[in-house]
Amino acid sequence: MIIASNVSKQFGKLKALDNVSVTCNKGECIALIGPNGCGKTTLIKSILGMVVSDSGFITFNGKNIKHHWRYRENIGYMPQIGRYPDNMTIGQVLDMMKDIRGKKNVALDEDLINQFGLKEILSKRMRTLSGGTRQKVSAALAFLFNPDVLILDEPTAGLDTVSSEILKEKIIAEKNKGKLVLITSHILSELDDLVTQVIYMQDGKLCFHKSITDLKEDTGEEKLSKAIANVMLSR
Amino acid sequence: MKKIIKYVIIDILRNKIMLAYTVFLLVISLGIFSLEDNSAKGLLSLLNIILIIVPLVSLLFSAIYVYNSSEFLELLVSQPLKRKVIWLSLFSGLAASMAFAFLIGAGIPILLYEATATGFMMLGTGLLLSVIFVAIAMLAAVMARDKAKGIGVVILLWLYFSIIFDGLVLFVLFQFADYPLEKMMVGVTAFNPIDLSRILILLKMDVSALMGYTGAIFKDFFGTQLGLIISFLVLITWAVIPTWLSLRRFNHKDL
Repeated sequence: MIIASNVSKQFGKLKALDNVSVTCNKGECIALIGPNGCGKTTLIKSILGMVVSDSGFITFNGKNIKHHWRYRENIGYMPQIGRYPDNMTIGQVLDMMKDIRGKKNVALDEDLINQFGLKEILSKRMRTLSGGTRQKVSAALAFLFNPDVLILDEPTAGLDTVSSEILKEKIIAEKNKGKLVLITSHILSELDDLVTQVIYMQDGKLCFHKSITDLKEDTGEEKLSKAIANVMLSR
Repeated sequence: MKKIIKYVIIDILRNKIMLAYTVFLLVISLGIFSLEDNSAKGLLSLLNIILIIVPLVSLLFSAIYVYNSSEFLELLVSQPLKRKVIWLSLFSGLAASMAFAFLIGAGIPILLYEATATGFMMLGTGLLLSVIFVAIAMLAAVMARDKAKGIGVVILLWLYFSIIFDGLVLFVLFQFADYPLEKMMVGVTAFNPIDLSRILILLKMDVSALMGYTGAIFKDFFGTQLGLIISFLVLITWAVIPTWLSLRRFNHKDL
């Protein structure tokens, strides 16, 4: 579904992405793992077209994303740090996104809005929100339009236990519907029951892309966190 | 595109600065016209104030607005929208609001007191100047990532167009006073939209007789139909080229 070939991106002297090639297919739930600053977010932003890569290309459903901006209709993106216009209320942000993006014949998925209790605080302004509430808005927006692909950058960072459980349930439900889910996270224990594949990155390079069963077999560990620690130490 | 322009304009209207700017222009224009018994003289006083204030407010407000809406831009870029549409909507929203504020603030008094060819010329150039300096501010804002740097550049640009450019021209004129530079001066004005607007308006007034030989040359050029058309084309180019450059930059910008 998403194919990146030899994507490179440089920020000044820093090589954020170095010849990265990835293939992501429908129905997979992929964890992007790696130390801080290894290029996970840059890879995600390149897929979304927010960062323009220096070389290489990315295709979505066989179409080069450089020329076909409409592919973003099929993506729900939850940024690491959600930034929204300060003096808009939650309700206005939701309405604006529905207005800009919503199509008449597509049903909206308002599960998260209801479960997170955003309906009660619709009139709160974005600048008064706490980091966790902001994350809830980001998550609700990512799932709102029933996209085929979900890209979640550190989805549970800043969320309380109840909310992150709700979000995890939702991710599993969407995965079971056959959607492609891309997640980055540092809390590996959370990913255990979610992901089917693991992409490990370091210093802008893609180190491996394996299914989780292969990874556990190769390292002889039962838990994802231990398996990854094993990999990181052996490098 | 219409939807995004709508949100930009709603957001700008919620901002009290725009209202303050409109009221300020209105008070100044009405004040000047009611103080002077001859409304043509009033127009001349108003000209100088407008040529300083309109570019300054357009530049500063637009630059700060673009920086402050970086979150909004980031949010939109991750949505199924063309970058070109996002940027042009932001430009249209800003330009429309600035032009509207000028139309209400200065346009109504001008039409009330001095609905002559000179008045209409002032209205037209004022509207164009609003749009031109929105375009220049957006170019500066998209080039400089740092907010302080971007706003600093915008202030320097305003100083350049309002003061330094004239100083340079005077300097060159005095240094080369022995050479016939009058015809060249007509070309030089094309490099500064503020000067071009000032000359266009002054030549519509009787005071142009005071400008000596250069004034006569200007009158020869700008007084004709063709000269007028060329001047307006130059002004429009001043709005189009910065917009085009900033759009090109924005299309490749990492957010």
